Amino acid sequence: MLAFLGRRILIAIPTILLISVFVFGMQKMLPGDPVLAMAGEERDPQVIEFLREKYRLNDPIPVQYFTWVGNALQGDLGISLRTQQPVTELIAEKLPVTVQLAVMALIIALVIGIPAGVLSAYKKGTWVDWLANLIALSGLSIPNFWLGIMLILLVSVNLGWLPASGYRPLTDDPLQSILTMLMPAFVLGTGLAATLMRHTRSAMLGVLRSDYVRTARAKGLSEQVVLVKHALRNALVPIVTVTTLLFGELLAGAVLTEQIFTIPGFGKLIVDAVFNRDYAVVQGIVLCTGIAFIAMNILADAAYRVLNPRMNEK
Amino acid sequence: MTIKKTLGLALALGISATALHAADLRIGLQEDPDILDPDQSRTFVGRIVYASLCDKLVDITPDLEIIPQLASGWSWSDDGLELTMTLRDDVTFHDGTPFNAEAVVANIDRSKNMDESRRKSELTSITGTEAVDDMTVKFTLDAPDATLLAQLADRAGMMVSPTAASEAGVDFGLNPVCSGPFQFVERVQQDRIVLSKFADYWNADAFNFDSVIFLPIPDTTVRLANLRSGDLDMLERLAATDVASVKEDGSLLMEQAVSLGYQGITVNVANGDRAATPIGENAAVRRALSLAIDRNVINQVVFEGAFAAGNQPFPPTSPWYNKDFPVPARDVDAAKELLAEAGYPDGVSVEIQVPNNPVQMQLMQVVQAMASEAGITVTLQAKEFATMLSDQTAGAFTASQVGWSGRVDPDGNIHQFMTTDAGLNDSHYSNPEVDELLNAARVSNDTATRKENYNAALAILQEDMPIVYLYHQAWIWALDDKIDGFVPYPDGMIRLEGVSFSE
Repeated sequence: MLAFLGRRILIAIPTILLISVFVFGMQKMLPGDPVLAMAGEERDPQVIEFLREKYRLNDPIPVQYFTWVGNALQGDLGISLRTQQPVTELIAEKLPVTVQLAVMALIIALVIGIPAGVLSAYKKGTWVDWLANLIALSGLSIPNFWLGIMLILLVSVNLGWLPASGYRPLTDDPLQSILTMLMPAFVLGTGLAATLMRHTRSAMLGVLRSDYVRTARAKGLSEQVVLVKHALRNALVPIVTVTTLLFGELLAGAVLTEQIFTIPGFGKLIVDAVFNRDYAVVQGIVLCTGIAFIAMNILADAAYRVLNPRMNEK
Repeated sequence: MTIKKTLGLALALGISATALHAADLRIGLQEDPDILDPDQSRTFVGRIVYASLCDKLVDITPDLEIIPQLASGWSWSDDGLELTMTLRDDVTFHDGTPFNAEAVVANIDRSKNMDESRRKSELTSITGTEAVDDMTVKFTLDAPDATLLAQLADRAGMMVSPTAASEAGVDFGLNPVCSGPFQFVERVQQDRIVLSKFADYWNADAFNFDSVIFLPIPDTTVRLANLRSGDLDMLERLAATDVASVKEDGSLLMEQAVSLGYQGITVNVANGDRAATPIGENAAVRRALSLAIDRNVINQVVFEGAFAAGNQPFPPTSPWYNKDFPVPARDVDAAKELLAEAGYPDGVSVEIQVPNNPVQMQLMQVVQAMASEAGITVTLQAKEFATMLSDQTAGAFTASQVGWSGRVDPDGNIHQFMTTDAGLNDSHYSNPEVDELLNAARVSNDTATRKENYNAALAILQEDMPIVYLYHQAWIWALDDKIDGFVPYPDGMIRLEGVSFSE
């Protein structure tokens, strides 16, 4: 297992380097001048020239790239052009927020998606199956931003149950923090739950027809044990794959969800940074997201091996 | 017994929580401010925070008169080259540093000379600042500057603690120390800015909140939902489309003021090759476009009647508005005639770039429909704002739907845009007569003379029309009805003096 992890991490290094080149190049291709965006309405030429020099925007692009990579290797991702906070500090501040949102959304997605999938496969062709499918389809087709605003109007404005938007750190007030994050996590989670439900259903359908399930039933095991221990466990491998892939969707969805619910996380940070041409921040975030994505994939590969020990043989 | 006790405790806690809550004012902002250093910041929304955090040498009234704030009085020398200010002697900065003439000297020096300062162009006329005595400061100017007091009524006149500024340098904005009614507590980017009441403020009795919390919530619907659910006490920049529903809501109040700025269509008349278009080369075509537009209908259709129609850099309510040129009524026939006289009897085509937000797009689609009836075919090019701005400076545009946030002094709305080679003159309009009039208006301290000069310049601009002015935005605030004493200002700021909760 350790050798496997080591190998995967080594392979990840060139990927990360490629991401860095790509991110840097994309930034430079964006139209619009960061300094013009920073100089303010007055656009004082003196200020503009000074800022170009200060942030080394007059250097040739390869020089800018290597300076950035060099600093990044030492843990320095530069400072935000907009607020002058170090990018690493910003990331450290925003990462826990988005992680909390993503974890809560994922929990909601798993709690809804997997049982619904199992149930609809088990009760295939009955009204339970139809209902689960209907809900799943609605979950897939309702856009995040619409559902978000409707929930705010219903739950916060009309019923007054939950705060309409904002964020409380977990360390500050855990209960309030979770309550504030509940609506956004629900909005983000339901979309994913639908995908998860569909995949669980089809994986379960395959497994339920297999010989070992018939054998388990023939042994006289209870339906519950057959479903959970024999069928679901074997259906889990494709579900883990989907969950990993959903992680990307989760991050993309977080951009929109954070915007609607005004959650000061990664997604909101990157949107603001792009519009303000805050290069250092965009680069830092995309790099971090890329690394997180790679890490998730490595973890998923490791999880397969735990779930299905046969994968370790070769 | 236990139940009673618990209930009593809960009640007591509830009451204290309400009392505590009652003194916190939560304000919803449309954007997250940039760095909180008055010398470095550049956003409108940042100035809203400063209105509670950083006092200025002078302030304005809702009618745009300059009144004392940190300066208790001032006088000009006869030649207009010296401005002497006396200062309040009961002011300290939030870190305990005393406010005096030396502090003013250090502040002006910082604004003028710090590399990162965005205030340089606002203070160019000042050549020397001198502490005459502890509480008197004298500014020496290289030429008379009628705009200076108005500049000192904004960020250039905000006084920061010299001690904190020299310690923190360019990072001052991470922990700003000023002398306003509230002091900085913390900021979580894109989430909140928290200020608490400064007990030693010279006018502390006029401020009724223990703390002020600014919450940036960009989505207008969500911002309003937060106000309705009680998570906010007030918000700025209510969308015009929400005005009707707020008016109907008995638990909310609405206040508004026509802004100092304008929105219009800037035409490229001489900025590179792209100026070689019928509308760029021919003022009659620009006038025809202006005549084809019904500005009142735009205000009704796009802005629910909440804004003000306009045709000059100053709103019709401004004392600087030239009343000889009222907002023109739409006249399609006259527009067609103008086009024919200019040699385009079959009409012209114009490409206009517009920021890609729904409201500006809607505005320009209305303009597009109106212009087409006069034979002007408008093509719209939606661009993201930063891109649009750099294309505009580079001359890569035919016409651009842009605006200006507005300044207290009239000079700020016109000089930079209309004089030859001025910094914001993206259309590259140049007319020696206009230059002369606007330069003269800038150096005169006599209001009547200035008014004459502006009137004459505006008359020429109505002919040449490098910018087709369309409307003046209104600042609209929505407040919980328990808030008393809020006064709307045309600069869009939130001044909390005298504002309180009514309970």
